Amino acid sequence: MTRYRLRGVALHVALVGALLVFMFPFAWTIIMASNSTADIYRFPPKFSFGSQFDDNVRHVLANVAFFQSMLNTAVVAVSTTLLVLFFDSLAAFTFAKFRFPGRNALFVVLLATMLLPAQLAAVPQFQTMALLGWVGSLKALIVPGAANAFGIFWMRQYFQNSIHDELVEAATLDGCGFLRTYWHVALPSARPALAFLGIFTFVASWNDYMWPLIVLTNPDHLTLQVALSTLNRSHGVDYSMVMTGALMAMVPLVIVFGIFARQFIKGSTEGAIRG
Amino acid sequence: MTGTATAPAATAVPLTGPSSGQRHRRRVRSYWRFYLALSPFYVLFAVFGLYPMLSTIVLAFQRWDGLGARRFTGLENFRFLIEDPTFWLALTNTVVLFLMSTVPTLVIALVLAVMLQSAVRFTSVYRIGYFIPNVTSLVAMAIFFGSVFSTNFGLVNAMLRSLGIPEQDWLGQPWGIKIAISTMIVWQWVGYNTLIYLAGLQAIPRDQYEAAKVDGAGTVRTFFSITLPQLRPVILFTVVISTIGGLQTFTEPQVMVGNSGGTGQSGMTVVLFFYRAAFLDNDYGYAAAIALSIFALVLLFTAINWRIFRGRGEDR
Repeated sequence: MTRYRLRGVALHVALVGALLVFMFPFAWTIIMASNSTADIYRFPPKFSFGSQFDDNVRHVLANVAFFQSMLNTAVVAVSTTLLVLFFDSLAAFTFAKFRFPGRNALFVVLLATMLLPAQLAAVPQFQTMALLGWVGSLKALIVPGAANAFGIFWMRQYFQNSIHDELVEAATLDGCGFLRTYWHVALPSARPALAFLGIFTFVASWNDYMWPLIVLTNPDHLTLQVALSTLNRSHGVDYSMVMTGALMAMVPLVIVFGIFARQFIKGSTEGAIRG
Repeated sequence: MTGTATAPAATAVPLTGPSSGQRHRRRVRSYWRFYLALSPFYVLFAVFGLYPMLSTIVLAFQRWDGLGARRFTGLENFRFLIEDPTFWLALTNTVVLFLMSTVPTLVIALVLAVMLQSAVRFTSVYRIGYFIPNVTSLVAMAIFFGSVFSTNFGLVNAMLRSLGIPEQDWLGQPWGIKIAISTMIVWQWVGYNTLIYLAGLQAIPRDQYEAAKVDGAGTVRTFFSITLPQLRPVILFTVVISTIGGLQTFTEPQVMVGNSGGTGQSGMTVVLFFYRAAFLDNDYGYAAAIALSIFALVLLFTAINWRIFRGRGEDR
């Protein structure tokens, strides 16, 4: 019994150790953000929280249009997520529950598009954006990402397993049209899948870096990630300020993740083991 | 049955009831709704996917700076690419970084998953805590890891100094850059893979372990004769995910050591190489040729993975 308990204690010591390693960067970021740059350069390093956080925040706000960038990022992430949820679930429901000519061919095309790396389209896509007059505009981020193959594939799997054909048929016999069946039958039963797809899309959009870096050419009109990278490049020596910026850019996402963590983790892992 | 979701289940969807003549006609007339419902993805793909990809193929055989006239140059871009030492360096860097980050990630994840499986309490705290690095901003964390490996005040050097080991100019030398980048990738991906493995472990039937216990197999033997073989499809899934991610490595080196790829271009990956050619040098034809080669690389790795999956399917 004591040996068994000892093993249990050792197990949790190891697991907590790993947890500390995963959490350490956040703690250290907070420490750096609350101290002055001079403190950071000291040896031995200062391992306690300082009182410089307000000053650092002021410096960040003076050097980049932080709130504008955050607003831009929020606009992009929220509108992309809503569009993806609507378009992907509608297409997925159609693929999962209806038969029509060309369905299988269309689905194969959809799967094939997942193999295509983003770089393959990037150069001409920039030209397209220039043609549309969207270079520097948030539209260049929202519109191309408004529907995606992964989400349709994911939601289709869910609809296939969770909605009985009889239910769809009953709705049809009751005089429900296609759209009403989607809205009143399919969507309400797909909440867990929608929650996962929503948070997944939001996180991906919030953290997206390469395409915004390419297409957002106006330095006063950036997303958070690009603004942060600019701050790092131009004020790299002022570490406490740069780390404050990094911290401020992470917080909203950690909060969103905290709210939906369970559904997000469940969704991310079950794809791997489902047959 | 275990398997992965990367290959779609090729099953026909069971469809609603028998079709009397009337309902059949109704259904034919309502096809347009279905196509309309699918259209957003396909229209967007045509405009922002297919069209630019076809242009990329044409562009790969041209010379263009984005302003002047396009000039057809045949295979010149590809010839330059093959003779460009930076391209080969980027390719090597990408593969080396992939190995340096994926192998430790998956090994640590497997160990943590086995431990997490035998834990009874606090499991959801561990799960959420382990997963958080995976949703954290890449740019913010690249800045953070850049500071940890900094020469002047970085934590790593502070540690070395207090142990009496000479400090290193981590981000100023080729191997230091690779170590810093892969440390960050490991930190970001261990938790994700741990939870994938945990889900896989929990799907292994209990009775197999009971049988092994009856046969007198110890913990280690049980792990190698039951756990690992049963986990194989899940492990392959994580390898596929890591491969796709590894080939796309861009943000970590770009933020940590800049567009040049750092000392000896040690952080130059194929995607960073592409980004430079296209959007810094405005050498669009050359960038298109690089993009095509990245695509070929993805296809090659996918084919290798696919073969492994098929091999697994046959011996089942």
